Amino acid sequence: MSAPFDLARIRADFPILSEKVRGKRLAYLDNAATTQKPEVVLAALDRYYRHQNSNVHRAVHELAERATNAYEGARDTIASFFNATREEIVFSRGTTESINLVARCYLAPRIQPGDEVLVTAMEHHSNIVPWQLVGAKTIAAPVNDAGELIFEEWLKLLSPHTKLVAVGHCSNSLGTVNPIEDMIREAHARGIPVLVDGAQSIAHIAVDVKALDVDFFACSAHKAYGPTGFGTLYAKREHLEAMQPWHGGGDMIKTVAFSGSTWNDVPYKFEAGTPDMSGAIGFATALDYIRSIGIDAIHAHEHAVLEYATPRVAEIPGLRLIGTARNKGGILSFVMDNAHPHDIGSILDQEGVAIRTGHHCTMPLMERFGVPATARASLAVYNGTDDIDQLVAALHKVQRLFS
Amino acid sequence: MNIDDLAETFELLGDWEERYRFIIDLGRKLPPMPETDHNETNKVRGCMSQVWLTHQVEQGPPLKLVFQGDSDSHLVKGLIALLFQLCSDQTPQEILALDIESAFTRLGLENHITMNRRNGFYAMVERIRAMATNYAAAQTS
Repeated sequence: MSAPFDLARIRADFPILSEKVRGKRLAYLDNAATTQKPEVVLAALDRYYRHQNSNVHRAVHELAERATNAYEGARDTIASFFNATREEIVFSRGTTESINLVARCYLAPRIQPGDEVLVTAMEHHSNIVPWQLVGAKTIAAPVNDAGELIFEEWLKLLSPHTKLVAVGHCSNSLGTVNPIEDMIREAHARGIPVLVDGAQSIAHIAVDVKALDVDFFACSAHKAYGPTGFGTLYAKREHLEAMQPWHGGGDMIKTVAFSGSTWNDVPYKFEAGTPDMSGAIGFATALDYIRSIGIDAIHAHEHAVLEYATPRVAEIPGLRLIGTARNKGGILSFVMDNAHPHDIGSILDQEGVAIRTGHHCTMPLMERFGVPATARASLAVYNGTDDIDQLVAALHKVQRLFS
Repeated sequence: MNIDDLAETFELLGDWEERYRFIIDLGRKLPPMPETDHNETNKVRGCMSQVWLTHQVEQGPPLKLVFQGDSDSHLVKGLIALLFQLCSDQTPQEILALDIESAFTRLGLENHITMNRRNGFYAMVERIRAMATNYAAAQTS
């Protein structure tokens, strides 16, 4: 059982939140870009280098044993968080690398000229470009004015040429949560595998890869209170067994000879070279932290803050929300009549409010909504109504300055 | 207006909000850039906001560079106007002698001139310097 949700206690877990910026209280609302790190994660990274650091899988000395136990223990923790088995969790540098791995090792050997990957108009560039790099055509299902996938249109685009469906669980630009359960069911009914980009979901929505029956699920540690530069790919074991490795080197081999080499078992055959040990341990600690609060409690809290924020932000004169889906995560993307997103971001910065401005690596989506960029406030577990009040007051200042 | 005059004005303006209002107003007073000049050649790379820069040469002597600029961001447009107060209508040698980073730091605007690859304004400063370098070299050759 997790304890009742206690915002003050959660905030105390994140040392950086007590930083002053531009002499003001920090309202950190750029969580879709990266989240801050709790004390337990910082301590795990410190403990690793102080007491466990050694290369894994290689030596018989005690430190190597400590490092290997912590590192492989992390794989168990991560696997259990997603209800996967440890052999199905491949370590990577993040969501982007995980998707590239699937493009290179799964898709590339299986496509013919003219074959397609069906994506949506709201995908991050990381879920578009890797497919194009291996020669697949990316077909994008349209979104409506609220920023929701038009499901019937998506269904019509599933064709005999569709070799893979790739979809973001939660849009980084709009907050839209996609109906991945229905999409996986429909794709599987046609024999098409599905990749879900979970970069924006794992810290906010419960993910059970077995219940979803998803083929591939990619995510990053740093957007879920973990360290930067680490992520995972979940893939069904049958896929991993059938895929050839992409990077060659240490740890991914069984035998090496000049006449030819053989590969290690899954998942190791996809993990060449000395891995990011502290990254894995940090991520596992972050997932344990999420579990200690409870993902459903986090989701409920963030939803309540979003519900508080939406009408207050929307009523600012000249402001237009981009992305008003019914099923939405904690993201508020918007433009203002007289202020460019860059202007908005600069003024908010002076008021201690950290948001993101730009195209959010979703240029096709910006074009769909006819804007070059948006300003985006995004929530995490430690945000409260006080952060929203600070944001809204600063936005009123923007409105006054530029009108 | 030179940097000392600007710094004095900023002192009088007090808080950042007044300073930003002053900068935004400077931007509004920039002569409008012709629509045809908003093209790819004149566009300065940057992601957050778009920036365009053109220049004219006053043969003199001495030869001077006169700049014209625009941005879709009001604040960036104001910063451009501020930058032009410092470096437009000057000889290439005068432009190269300016320490624009220090000037902006003195005005408390250093965060706008950081080495951020998405910062079109920083790229504009670099382009102005490159231009001045070329003209200075052409004069001595």
